[in-house]
Amino acid sequence: MKLFVKGRTPIFGLLAASLVCGNALAASEAYFKSAYAAADAAEKQAGTLRNQWLATESALADAKKAAQQGDFDRAIAAAKEAEALAKASIFQATSEREAWKTLEIR
Amino acid sequence: MAAHIGRVGRISVRWLSIPVVLLLATTCAATADGTDPVREARAFRDYFIQKFPNVKLDDFVNGPYSLNEDMRRQWEEKEQFPPYEFSLETGKELFAKPFANGKHYADCFPDSGIGVRQTYPQFDMKSGKVVTLELALNQCREANGEKPISYTGEDMAALTAYMAFTSRGKPFDIKIPDDPRALEAYENGKRYFYTRRGQLNFSCATCHVQNPGERLRAEVLAPALGILNAMPIYRSEWGGMGTVSRRFITCNSQVRRVPLEPQAEEYRDLEYFLSYVANGLPISGPGSRP
Repeated sequence: MKLFVKGRTPIFGLLAASLVCGNALAASEAYFKSAYAAADAAEKQAGTLRNQWLATESALADAKKAAQQGDFDRAIAAAKEAEALAKASIFQATSEREAWKTLEIR
Repeated sequence: MAAHIGRVGRISVRWLSIPVVLLLATTCAATADGTDPVREARAFRDYFIQKFPNVKLDDFVNGPYSLNEDMRRQWEEKEQFPPYEFSLETGKELFAKPFANGKHYADCFPDSGIGVRQTYPQFDMKSGKVVTLELALNQCREANGEKPISYTGEDMAALTAYMAFTSRGKPFDIKIPDDPRALEAYENGKRYFYTRRGQLNFSCATCHVQNPGERLRAEVLAPALGILNAMPIYRSEWGGMGTVSRRFITCNSQVRRVPLEPQAEEYRDLEYFLSYVANGLPISGPGSRP
């Protein structure tokens, strides 16, 4: 069976490329959604600890905005940054449960 | 034999129980020690007296002006025509203006609300919560069928400015009633004060205990002792008046933390703690700051 027929190669090539691109876009979007969900969950946890950071909120907003514009690379990067920041704020809140005592005037 | 063993056993248990009792007693004493607001307020005050031996105790209420000569001179000149004067006038008018039902703010406070600023925040035994002056003003409005006003707005600043002005010179007189919930509120406020938060990893104490008198960009940091005595304040940075709520929210934003809602329980408890440790220091509000 001939996969490449003379004179029809560009059409097949374009079709294949568009399929690959479409799949890559869908994969990026799915990856973004999971990255955003992880960041959002971490930020919600920081919220229950009453210690959300402004930088996390703005990274989450950036991620959403980039995704709406179809720029999933930027959206994923921002979501990952938001998750890292949220986790840092959770660490801060939990470690400060005892650490604050070291600052106390006695 | 059995009786002998029993006696030895009883003696051993008795002897063993002594260290246990002693340990428990020590633990209880340490707990009581850790929640002694009188002792803590004294330690808090002593820290600033030792850190700034040339500052008179009552002068701490003037914040950065008590620590920086140049700023003090500028402030004294500014006080000839203080920037909070318009707000004070507005506050006086608002305070006297009757509600739709004919009652006034004065009807909600002891001594008709004149010269009572130094007694706020109070611990309300009924609700088990701290009631700040700002909260009391809105509770008064709601009790008289009026909508609450913004805790960070000009009207609240004006009303509290007027009430502070009528209380100038009166020493803070904050009570912690004999109620474990009141002590818990004080403890919560203290914990909030010392807890690091935000992306900058700052606590209130980072600026106002560890670094008062130092500069943070253009600002000279105020000492924590007496920091609320001048509230509300006119801040040149804001270009207007600000309430205690506004100040706490701004502080939280400055350390890159999402601020809590105005008059959140944490903020009220923080105000309770900071006011309590300033007991005996005179009200100097309304104030002005750069």
